[in-house]
Amino acid sequence: MTDIKTNPAPPQDEGGLFSRFLRGTEIDTRLLGMFGALLLIWVGFHIFPGLREFVYSLIGVVFQGQGTWADTGALLNPLTIWDGGVFLTPRNLWNLSVQTSSIGIMATGMVLVIITRNIDLSVGAIVGVTAMIMGLVQVEWLPQFMGIGHPVIWVITAIIGITLGACIGAFHGWLIAYRGIPSFIVTLGGLLIWRGAAFLSASGRTISPVDSTFQLLGGGPYGAVGEMGSWIVGAIACAAILWMLYAGRQSRKNYGFPLRPVWAETFMAAVGCGLVLGAVLLVNAYPWPKGILEQYYARLGQPVPEDAFVSHGFAIPVLIMLSVAIGMTLLMTRTRFGRYVFAIGGNPEAAALSGIDVKWMTLRIFALMGALAGLSGIVASARLNSATNALGMLDELYVIAAAVIGGTSLAGGIGTIYGAILGALVMQSLQTGMVLIGFDSAVQQIVVGGVLVFAVYLDNLYRKKAK
Amino acid sequence: MMGQDMTQRTDAPLVELRDIHISFGGIKAVDGVSVDLYPGEVMGLLGHNGAGKSTLIKCLSGAYQADQGEIYIKGEKATIRNPRDARAYNIETIYQTLALADNLDAASNLFLGRELTTRSGMLDDAGMEAETRKIMKTLNPNFKKFKVPVSALSGGQRQSVAIARAVHFNAQILIMDEPTAALGPQETQMVADLIGELKKQGLGIFLIDHDIHAVKQLCDRASVMKNGQLVGTVKVDDVSEDDLLGMIILGKKPAHLAA
Repeated sequence: MTDIKTNPAPPQDEGGLFSRFLRGTEIDTRLLGMFGALLLIWVGFHIFPGLREFVYSLIGVVFQGQGTWADTGALLNPLTIWDGGVFLTPRNLWNLSVQTSSIGIMATGMVLVIITRNIDLSVGAIVGVTAMIMGLVQVEWLPQFMGIGHPVIWVITAIIGITLGACIGAFHGWLIAYRGIPSFIVTLGGLLIWRGAAFLSASGRTISPVDSTFQLLGGGPYGAVGEMGSWIVGAIACAAILWMLYAGRQSRKNYGFPLRPVWAETFMAAVGCGLVLGAVLLVNAYPWPKGILEQYYARLGQPVPEDAFVSHGFAIPVLIMLSVAIGMTLLMTRTRFGRYVFAIGGNPEAAALSGIDVKWMTLRIFALMGALAGLSGIVASARLNSATNALGMLDELYVIAAAVIGGTSLAGGIGTIYGAILGALVMQSLQTGMVLIGFDSAVQQIVVGGVLVFAVYLDNLYRKKAK
Repeated sequence: MMGQDMTQRTDAPLVELRDIHISFGGIKAVDGVSVDLYPGEVMGLLGHNGAGKSTLIKCLSGAYQADQGEIYIKGEKATIRNPRDARAYNIETIYQTLALADNLDAASNLFLGRELTTRSGMLDDAGMEAETRKIMKTLNPNFKKFKVPVSALSGGQRQSVAIARAVHFNAQILIMDEPTAALGPQETQMVADLIGELKKQGLGIFLIDHDIHAVKQLCDRASVMKNGQLVGTVKVDDVSEDDLLGMIILGKKPAHLAA
């Protein structure tokens, strides 16, 4: 605060190529780290079966005198190892994307909850109870008035599910904000209460099958948008990416702020569109299985063509998750609501002194979390084609883990939506991968638990260094 | 207490706090205190820790509500239920703790609760940053860190964000709670200059401070509190620093002013 005049900071050309690259593109190094970790997990699971075979063979040769060195050596061929993998295949990655949806949808809401220094342990139970009520509504109640398979059943059901979730969340939020009960306790109670309510609402029955249109919301061969649909989605996404980069640059220009170098803008555009188009190619490379093809053509009354290849395309639950993620990102970065969420997390007292109604905000955040849990209940029960009272069991832990692995700080104030989605993808990749290579569920639990703790530890190290 | 010439002014006071009572669980934090403030005046509030000066002033800034008593602003009775109400009366506060959200950048803090939005209702971050740069250019020309969370700023820089927030929105009544407590000599001088400048613009300022020397220098009048009660209000030119000290410690008005 002296009167000495300083010139504008000189252009920062020093530093290695990599740090210049990061500065130019303004990519979050944390994001890069997460992508790296994800890639590592994916490749690891993909080559694991091949490597395991090699190790078994080696053990056989060395200790048991079985097989030959030549055969064992041949197993080390990278191509053989790669071809033996089942993880990085269109089919598995497509399934992975569908499996991630339910947790991913809720993780975006958990980010807000955790940023404001709260926790929600009840989301899994809310999934259970909303799915169960929706099951009753669409299978036992609405068909009485409308007949089975009426096209608006799924709409009414979905609205009821999301509204119910929002009401439960709002009630939790009210207890937390206006009655001063810690969120941990309220939602721990909620976990038990709503799980019990899910059981009671249908006396423990499993309700199945769900409405045929509703079922599409959970994915499956018919619950995907197909080849053309995926290209359209991809084109819209690319256009949006280009427009955002352009609009951002225009806005910086208008205010005379420093601009990103053109190469960095180009790079971002290329990477963004590349990822989108890659995803489109991937989901289009996964064809309908034979049984579905036969069913489909039988319904058309035609024989199955020899070269029949019908792509899945993006699954509907994945598109739901992506829409939620985009909506929530806009909410968090572009609206007052999001700004207040961060402010409350950073300093609740300061937020209140700035005229923010912290209690009302808390209630709304929990209501939003509940609504997302309801949406997740739709996806989960549609995918399962039934509502069971165990649906969503332990989801709260995976959702919290996804948010935390995605960089949401339990101390409050810090977190991103894309991080939570990536976190959910990491969690789901671990689980799917371990199932594929045949780890049993006890080992899976141990690994997931260990990864969660380790990820948070790494994050702590990163943050310390970043400061 | 009301005797003596508290002021010769005949115009209506900008703020009048009348007979304010605030208690917390049976403890009377503020016990029947009345103070007033005129435009272009700096009013010091002095007292030990726990004397009740911060509590008193917080019912003007909307952080607390008085159990009893009335607030008049420009002669009209005002109801201040929360900080938002206070802002509506153009009352701005610089808190001792600064009340900044550490995880947000300077512009977000400056506009917190009063964000600029675009026509579509979205946050106009670029607009807020541009505005913040403009404000900081006059307030603290060395301020350069617009993109980082305020937790990464020095004490003085954080202070200037808090001050900018208080003065940018057309404040008429400014409350400063120990604004220089965390500052070095240069920065303290900057705050002193700013107070002089704002005074000239006709703002009324409540200055809560421990530093008697600073109060003597910056304030026109000073009210001293002890144990939740008002010891007295004096013109600072009529008293010595020792007199003020006596009021704070002994709770007695100096002999030559006692009615």
